[in-house]
Amino acid sequence: MSLLAAAAGVTGSLGSIGYGLAAIGPGIGVGIIFGQGVQAIARQPEAYSTIRANMLLGFALTEALALIGFVAPFVFGT
Amino acid sequence: MSASALLALSEGSCHLVPEGCGFPAPNTEIFNFDSVVEFSLFGLEFHITKPLILLLIGALLIVVFFVLAFRKAKIVPRGIQGLGEYGYLFVRDGIARETIGKAGDQFVPLLFTFFFFVWVLNIMSILPFAQFPVTSRFAIPVAFAILVYLVWVPLGVKKQGLVFFKNMTMPPDVPKAMYVLLVPIEILSNFIVRPFTHSVRLFANMFAGHMLLVTFSVATWYLLSPNIVGIIGSGASFVVTVGLTGFELLIQGLQAYVFTLLAAVYINDAVNAH
Repeated sequence: MSLLAAAAGVTGSLGSIGYGLAAIGPGIGVGIIFGQGVQAIARQPEAYSTIRANMLLGFALTEALALIGFVAPFVFGT
Repeated sequence: MSASALLALSEGSCHLVPEGCGFPAPNTEIFNFDSVVEFSLFGLEFHITKPLILLLIGALLIVVFFVLAFRKAKIVPRGIQGLGEYGYLFVRDGIARETIGKAGDQFVPLLFTFFFFVWVLNIMSILPFAQFPVTSRFAIPVAFAILVYLVWVPLGVKKQGLVFFKNMTMPPDVPKAMYVLLVPIEILSNFIVRPFTHSVRLFANMFAGHMLLVTFSVATWYLLSPNIVGIIGSGASFVVTVGLTGFELLIQGLQAYVFTLLAAVYINDAVNAH
């Protein structure tokens, strides 16, 4: 109950905080994707074009989560 | 500017902004434009705004460029034709053949159009005098995504029959009991969320990029005053604005590529059963 009462007192730019929270997961994901992608290219430079396409695809799919977090405050904001 | 005016500038800090004293932080209002021309036709109201004009200019630019490039096509390309062929080969070899395979050649015109149209509309973000990414108006990426959706879903039904929906929602080599969980998730992710994320990805990237550029451009102007704090603050904002412009150039190309690549991946789902 005291948590709820404390939450009711929170004002200001909650959208920014929401975006910060939404960016944690995709941040880790994008880091893993590019890290592994660079490693794959280093191991097999001749497969560069295939790896790059797949790497950017995975990046785009992961990044969508962060972008939805960015847009949501504008859509659902007061 | 006279010495007394300079002195007045260095004392106060809210001289350069017309209204109020606070930092005029940009909000979503910067994406709304007043209409340039208004007319009504057949009882419908038409409001021609800046994004629409930029959209038409973008379409015109692409048509003019590629007509010039391929009007007198030679076996050995020179000058502008070489540039046009380079772009064509990038889409054909880098996107269509890479993702769809041999059947990809018939979709090159569609993917080619998407890639260059989206790219030119994105580049409008940093073109002097235009300086507005047309794709940051949500309606435009949504229209593109709907178009892609209307291409790949009927294509899948045509190529594979109704088995297409089974192929899309029931991945093989999964324990039977898991389908209870898997099928709703696959329906949601493949047929409902897919066009949404396809359009939001492009829109949100361009939206965020424009917002960043505007914020730092406004900060450059707002902090500008002839004292040490003003010079450092304004100078730093200006450097960030220039740096972000270069970064945006990268993002614009990347997003056009990603949009086209995803369109190709979706078409691949329809063409090649897996």
